[in-house]
Amino acid sequence: MSFLLGENMSGGYGGADILKGCTVGVEKGEIAVIVGPNGAGKSTAMKAILGMLSLREGRVMLNGKNITEMSPQARVAEGIAFVPQTNNVFVSMTVEENLEMGAYLRNDGISETMEQIYTLFPILKEKRRQAAGELSGGQRQQVAVGRALMTQPSVLMLDEPTAGVSPIVMDELFDRILEVRQTGVAVLMVEQNARQALEIADKGYVLVVGENRYTDTGVNLLANPDVRKSFLGG
Amino acid sequence: MIDWFANDLINALVLMSNFVLIPALSYGSQLALGALGITLVYGVLRFSNFAHGDTMAFGTMVVILVTWWFQSMGISFGPLPTALLALPFGIVATAILCIIFDRSVYQYYRRKKSPPVVYVIASVGVMFMINGIVRFIIGPNDQRFADGERFIIKAKVFKEMTDLSEGLTIKVSQGLTICIAILLVVALFWFLQRTRMGKAMRAFSDNEDLALLSGINPDRVVLVTWILVGVLATIAGTLYGLDKSFKPFTYLQLLLPMFAAAIVGGIGKPVGAIVGGFVIAFSEVMITYAYKKFFKYLLPENMEPDGLMQLLSTDYKFAVSFIILVVVLVIRPTGIFKGKVV
Repeated sequence: MSFLLGENMSGGYGGADILKGCTVGVEKGEIAVIVGPNGAGKSTAMKAILGMLSLREGRVMLNGKNITEMSPQARVAEGIAFVPQTNNVFVSMTVEENLEMGAYLRNDGISETMEQIYTLFPILKEKRRQAAGELSGGQRQQVAVGRALMTQPSVLMLDEPTAGVSPIVMDELFDRILEVRQTGVAVLMVEQNARQALEIADKGYVLVVGENRYTDTGVNLLANPDVRKSFLGG
Repeated sequence: MIDWFANDLINALVLMSNFVLIPALSYGSQLALGALGITLVYGVLRFSNFAHGDTMAFGTMVVILVTWWFQSMGISFGPLPTALLALPFGIVATAILCIIFDRSVYQYYRRKKSPPVVYVIASVGVMFMINGIVRFIIGPNDQRFADGERFIIKAKVFKEMTDLSEGLTIKVSQGLTICIAILLVVALFWFLQRTRMGKAMRAFSDNEDLALLSGINPDRVVLVTWILVGVLATIAGTLYGLDKSFKPFTYLQLLLPMFAAAIVGGIGKPVGAIVGGFVIAFSEVMITYAYKKFFKYLLPENMEPDGLMQLLSTDYKFAVSFIILVVVLVIRPTGIFKGKVV
């Protein structure tokens, strides 16, 4: 069983089910990517794993522990960090304060983790006294990922981290995410830029209307002619 | 000729200090403290708290009752008003009152995720309730509770000291208001900028969802906010009461200039509340001041003005904050420091 596993998840926002028995999982030191057309339930699957959506069926397991009934806050305390797609930084606070807030639950010294994040994202060290709202889109995403990493999570979940950033910044962000994987963190992300994301993915899930259509390694999915034709534009 | 003119100029300046600068500074400090409470609630809890004026009245009432009790026991604070000793009691009582109303009223709407306008209406209800409690306990009449020394400088002493024909009066309540306001604002900013809880409050105000994801406990943030509101409201109310007098209805009326101050500065921004407080206070005092004597000093004898040279009668002082409020909302709704608009 995967380190983090959303198994056979069904549920929605009150009306009809958006997720219909979808299963998503990720191992430590691995990148798993969820791709699929609009309305496939990619972000909903992330929310279900984080507990922002109550499931009608299925369960969420973290390291063998059932966390299905936990609140999002409790899951964060269990080691899941989440970077939302939008509004993912405290715009009125400095970069350094954003990182401090990420570590709010920790009572030990955080300066070492902060140094690690500054090594990972050198630009943040330079801008640490600036308000996060004054930074460019790509820099903001780095603050957002940095804030999430401050809890020293075992799982990092990213909801479309490259939405709205330039291709160059996107490549750089993917490089950073690869570096995060090196530290043994399990990375689960939803991506619109399916091709680039699958290139760095150890595992890929293609969702269609709330169900798993294809599940394979990133390389195999990219090589699969059906996937290429339907979802990657040939 | 030059000497005579210089003397007149100094007299005119002293006159302005006495009737405009010092009163506006102390009134501005009181408004700033009140507006800070409004802005905190708006920033953290995201609604306009119409009960703030009456919360101030409640805090001041407790302070007055404890002051009378102290006075009856013969406890005094030397030259300073006994009310200062009673402040902690008022603060604790007001914070408890705020927390009771939060638990019994606002919490329900928070759980239901009601839109801000529902909170506003609820706060109007809370306003009437607190207003009733205050009138029921202490009555609707004027109460005086200032004791100790009255003046730091008396007009007569000032005239003897300087040989000027204009006197300068600084009341103890004015000096205290300005000093306490500065200390309180410095302490508040230190709390918000430097402490873990203060940063958590700012984070919660900035982006509630992300704050929750970061593990910030919303109940703690709400609790601390109401405690701060209790501190600010009680101190602002007591200083206003010492400076003028205590009458429950006056505190209800203060709501307008305080909201105007918070909105002019940019609601949700503490710095804005302070700047806004002084903008409103100076406008109010300067527009309703009669400049006749001031011009008499500055203009040659034959050009003396006939009228009072008053732009607006003091009866209309609330119109000043109202007009500023409307103009700001039309021209720049986010205020000077770009507050947020829900």
